[in-house]
Amino acid sequence: MTDIDSPSGSPAGPILEMRDIVKKFGVVTALGGVSMAVEPGEIHAICGENGAGKSTLMNVLSGLYPVGSYDGEIWYEGELMGFKTLRDSETRGIVIIHQELALSPHLSIAENIYLGNERSHRGVIDWRATRAGAAELLQRVGLRENPNTRVSELGVGKQQLVEIAKALSKDVRLLILDEPTAALNDDDSAHLLGLMRMLKREGVTQIIISHKLNEIMAIADSLTVIRDGTVVETVAMNGTEPVTEERIIRGMVGRSLDHRFPPRSPHIGEELFRLEDWTVHHPTDPGRVIVDRASLSVREGEVVGIAGLMGAGRTELAMSLFGRQYGTGVSGHAYKRGVEIFPRTVRRAIRDGIAYVSEDRKKFGLNLIGEIRHNVTAAALGKVSRRGVLDKGLETKVAQDYREQLRIRTSSVQSPVSQLSGGNQQKVSLSKWMFSDPDVLILDEPTRGIDVGAKFEIYTIINALAAQGRGVIVISSELPELLGLCDRIYTLSQGRITGEQNRAEATQESLMRLMTMERTSA
Amino acid sequence: MSQTTPGTQAADTPTAAPKRFAGMAGGARQYGIVAALVVIVLFFQVVTGGRLLQPNNVTSLIQQNAYVLILSVGMLMIIVAGHIDLSVGSIVAAVGGVIGILLVDYSLNPWLVVIIAFAVGALIGAWQGFWVAFVGIPAFIVTLAGMLIFRGVALVLVGYTRAGFPPQFLDISNAGLAGLTGFVGNLDAITLTAGIVAIAGFLLISLRSRRLNTRHGAAAEPLLLFIARVAIISLLLAVITYWIALSALGLPFVLIIVGVVVVAYAWLMGNTVFGRNIYAMGGNLSAAKLSGVDTRKMNFYLFVNMGLLCGLTAIIVTSRAGAALAAAGQNYELDAIAACFIGGAAVTGGVGRIFGAIVGALVMGVLNMGLSILGVDPSWQFIIKGMVLLAAVAFDLVSKMRSGQR
Repeated sequence: MTDIDSPSGSPAGPILEMRDIVKKFGVVTALGGVSMAVEPGEIHAICGENGAGKSTLMNVLSGLYPVGSYDGEIWYEGELMGFKTLRDSETRGIVIIHQELALSPHLSIAENIYLGNERSHRGVIDWRATRAGAAELLQRVGLRENPNTRVSELGVGKQQLVEIAKALSKDVRLLILDEPTAALNDDDSAHLLGLMRMLKREGVTQIIISHKLNEIMAIADSLTVIRDGTVVETVAMNGTEPVTEERIIRGMVGRSLDHRFPPRSPHIGEELFRLEDWTVHHPTDPGRVIVDRASLSVREGEVVGIAGLMGAGRTELAMSLFGRQYGTGVSGHAYKRGVEIFPRTVRRAIRDGIAYVSEDRKKFGLNLIGEIRHNVTAAALGKVSRRGVLDKGLETKVAQDYREQLRIRTSSVQSPVSQLSGGNQQKVSLSKWMFSDPDVLILDEPTRGIDVGAKFEIYTIINALAAQGRGVIVISSELPELLGLCDRIYTLSQGRITGEQNRAEATQESLMRLMTMERTSA
Repeated sequence: MSQTTPGTQAADTPTAAPKRFAGMAGGARQYGIVAALVVIVLFFQVVTGGRLLQPNNVTSLIQQNAYVLILSVGMLMIIVAGHIDLSVGSIVAAVGGVIGILLVDYSLNPWLVVIIAFAVGALIGAWQGFWVAFVGIPAFIVTLAGMLIFRGVALVLVGYTRAGFPPQFLDISNAGLAGLTGFVGNLDAITLTAGIVAIAGFLLISLRSRRLNTRHGAAAEPLLLFIARVAIISLLLAVITYWIALSALGLPFVLIIVGVVVVAYAWLMGNTVFGRNIYAMGGNLSAAKLSGVDTRKMNFYLFVNMGLLCGLTAIIVTSRAGAALAAAGQNYELDAIAACFIGGAAVTGGVGRIFGAIVGALVMGVLNMGLSILGVDPSWQFIIKGMVLLAAVAFDLVSKMRSGQR
């Protein structure tokens, strides 16, 4: 056992050192000799494009890929480690919190915190100790909830805090957070970052994997950039050389990304689509109004943004419009080119020329075990079939055309979608709806969880869609994205449209003011 | 638990997994099942001293196991869609009861009875489909209830066993086409013709799909593998044709029925919008809904279809037994489910092919036949079949894990 008081073997040396880690999957090299060191008590950020090897590296470190399945050495607290399982690394105080949270929704907060690590005497759970311990941990992470509350009743942000409390219960000394703020709103993100700073003061070393460069700039002590399975550089954030976002991006993508948004000259035509007084009630609690008399319009060739915090009703607005896939008591009117349409089912919505690309491509967007080509045609099988019989040759050709057009990186359109990286999955999702040939595309968080390079490509696709005269509605919680992409931006707060600004007049501050506008008490 | 599979990350890199691996992964599994079937056949051929594959045993293998072959086709569709059906054995018994009563008590025309059997099967399917699709009760529960209900219906209908059916009806499962167009040597001419047509058709379809794939630059299987696969299956078809042509019965009617069902449904699953939507639903139900698939209608028709196939099975089974029994169809659902999983269907839905289910059903059939020839006690037959199911799925999982870890 190591001495808890001085966690690192030698106070001067790094707490963790990975030397020449090589990990191959068959003939594919995921990590090609990665070496990096983490100093005790620091917050060390890792960034890189999707598929660069960040998660693989963390899986090697945590023992998910057991010793022997990779080459290279892991030195931790001055000792050479050989973890065979996640549990091995956890007993040494290394805890990894994955992007997809691993809590059991029907158990309470306290039960989740001590899951696999129960406070018990001879197999019988000591509920008093469990609850007391949980309450104390919740206080440490700043979560004011009863430990008996079911996890399913908590939002994502709070669940994230429960995960951290769980890690703390295991006497964590090296905490690894994989994209911790990807699903959080700004408030929750800010709270989480504050918590990370507090843990740092308590001496917990942390590794954070993130796509959000501003967060890395705000919180990290040092940064390792990974590209194509190798380390590009490790830099100290407060060193002599200033580290700028541009420099990080350059390292990640291997090229300078002078403009994060592709240039575009909009050609805006007639009004294409209009929504009037759209009201949606909660599906199980019909008394609650989720979308309140929302009205908006899109013109041909226009990119319109919807900005709103989490819970503002953005996705609910889109999904209720798209074939009533959300909510009850939907009322209001939808018009296309001035003619009222009634998209009551998904089929009718598609026929009316509406497409909805979900924010959660894994849950709602794609059939992950299905082939790429089958996903591409899934929303418009009628275009590759006659009287119900598929033309598989045509289908393959269509998928290959999209692979080329959108630069989907895959060797074959017959591969399952699950083999693609996030950005490429998103391109498949877009292909699917582009193939349905819609007039109005609703893109819900189109760049969530994908890297900078792929984002640029998605923006380019959005511009191309607008250039074809389609109307595009982009829902996003990233204000710079909306500002860089949209001609007009609506703000949504508590289900109401609180404002509408042109590209020229909108700023992050002005949008944020409208997005946080409270409902007047009147 | 992290859901990230190592394979996912492998392909994340720009140098994504090469074609060979992508193409092989699905195929290797199919070859595995076929290889297992061949091994089991050879094993019984040896231990029964060559009796398993005597011409007359080959035809009765088909006649006795037609029920698994047909039911596993419908079951596969249900499983791919993400459901399960526990009621098929009871439905077969209930429809069989209707057949027995109409033929014996009312002396109806056998052809009319066949039509009514299909209708009753479809009606029962619609009943179950209603609860699954429109009320939203999980199929496991609906069909568990159906298993009890229709077994009860069968018991009520068939108070005493009905036997003494008209010969036309008995012929369905017991007769063949031997000698209809004469013999070539001692081989039945019509069987030979059918066999040659089947092999030619198979070759044509294989070549066509390969040509289509290569023309569109899709990952085709390596040429040698393709030739080997096509050659082996053609050879198997030829051998089966030879045996059947030698048999006293000739080409059994049941084989024609089974053949038509298998080919038609394989085509339905692989080449139609309906089939594609079944895979889409099983792969990701929410995504299918948001792509405009009318999942309720699909679920309803899936169960109606299963009911139809149960009706067909009831006709075949009742004809074969020459009697309507209240206890007919016992454990048929389990045989069909086992066949699907042996044939590579996924418990979670979205994965599985008719071809695999048929091979799985043949594995079950050969086991039934071989063990009976050997005179193995029925209780041991259960144990052996259970072990085979477990071994097949375990083998599948282990090989998948290994290919993931590499």
